[in-house]
Amino acid sequence: MTMRVIVDKELCIGAGQCVVTAPDVFDQDDDGIVELLTDSPAEGDRDAVKEAEHVCPARVISVED
Amino acid sequence: MTAVTDLVPSYPMTRGCPFDPPAELARIRDDECPAEPGVARVRIWDGSTPWLVTRYDDVRAALADERLSADADRDGYPAASRSRRVRSRGRRRSFIMMDGPEHARHRRMLIGEFTVRRIERLRPLVEQTVTALLDAMEAGENPTDLVQAFALPLPSLVICHLLGVPYADHAFFEAQSRIMVDLTSGAEASAAASDALQDYLAGLVRERLDEPRDDVLGGMAARVAAGDLTVDEASASALLLLVAGHETTANMIALGTLTLLHHPDQLAVVRDGDAAQVRAAVEELLRVLTVTHVGRRRVATEDLEIGGVTIRAGEGVVLAAEAANRDPRQWPHPDEVDVTRGTNRHVAFGFGVHQCLGQPLARLELQIAYPALLRRFPGLRVTVPDSEIPFRDDMAVYGVHALPVAF
Repeated sequence: MTMRVIVDKELCIGAGQCVVTAPDVFDQDDDGIVELLTDSPAEGDRDAVKEAEHVCPARVISVED
Repeated sequence: MTAVTDLVPSYPMTRGCPFDPPAELARIRDDECPAEPGVARVRIWDGSTPWLVTRYDDVRAALADERLSADADRDGYPAASRSRRVRSRGRRRSFIMMDGPEHARHRRMLIGEFTVRRIERLRPLVEQTVTALLDAMEAGENPTDLVQAFALPLPSLVICHLLGVPYADHAFFEAQSRIMVDLTSGAEASAAASDALQDYLAGLVRERLDEPRDDVLGGMAARVAAGDLTVDEASASALLLLVAGHETTANMIALGTLTLLHHPDQLAVVRDGDAAQVRAAVEELLRVLTVTHVGRRRVATEDLEIGGVTIRAGEGVVLAAEAANRDPRQWPHPDEVDVTRGTNRHVAFGFGVHQCLGQPLARLELQIAYPALLRRFPGLRVTVPDSEIPFRDDMAVYGVHALPVAF
């Protein structure tokens, strides 16, 4: 089943943990807010995305798996 | 059961081994007695008895809990020292002591300056700075103090560049900053240091109102000009960035180097490893050392439960990241340094909306500093036994006051 990722930009605090953890899936815009590069990551990014969900300090990443 | 007894331990506690958090913390965290599920009353400097939270899951959940306020002016807030309490009352506050939308507004003005991508652009500057400092160290006295020769000037130079603070003033701001993080500073001295630094930074912001510049203070000045920020608010944020930007990283460099020197096999991994191995090593050092070792301080705004214990509105809460980062429920053999662990789940940078803004910068500096130092000086050694090293038990940021090394 495909993994689906949702982010809440309103509550993002720009810590950048997701960018460090899963750089193929998450980025930050010029204001530091999370940007989703893809909402359905490749199978190979699965673990990294799960980890990004875990380490996001503002808990704005949710993964439907 | 949460009965308060006369046996309430004091916090912060005394370390046994200088490289490990106090054993008493581990006892509170790991004692499986149901009356003490990792949460206990502790007595702090003013005689009050806030709750201490020690387990990883509880600390993380509490740091992300909006019912716990970071506002140091609220009754019941367990300040880390008398000087910290005096300093916060009625003074200009940085966003680290704000909650909710007010905090978000101030933090959001800065996060664009600290994105992973933006900080990565500083890599050449950090590398050049490291090289220049190591050149000077090599040409200078041997033995020397690693703190003064390398660990402190590196983050100090880098944060100056980023903010736009003249490094020529470093003796001034390093001294004032030191007074601020010294837990034994008198309240008046601490408030005076804070005021002096804030006035200094406010002056730099005002200069940029007339002469715009492309640095963080310049960005703040632009917001002041646009009416989004006052000079006082800007200087309060700048003060936080300046102090946090060099105190923490400087101590991570010095204490981390000392730790690696005690573990030659691990040191070799950092010295000879590839980028991924160095990244993992830095995360492990952040976890085991947790230099912000006096707990994150909060006060409950309503009743809530942590680890099965009911915390009442108005009660203080101390979240011990230093204990959480050694929680055996999270890491096997948590007291062992293992630079190959490969986990960044530690809470050394905190968690929740206050998580460290500067963490990409700290990581960049540490990832460059450790291997560069170890490669330049393969024979680096400490010239005194651990018992003669002045560890910073008296400071809000742990580390060493000095580290005599030969190379």
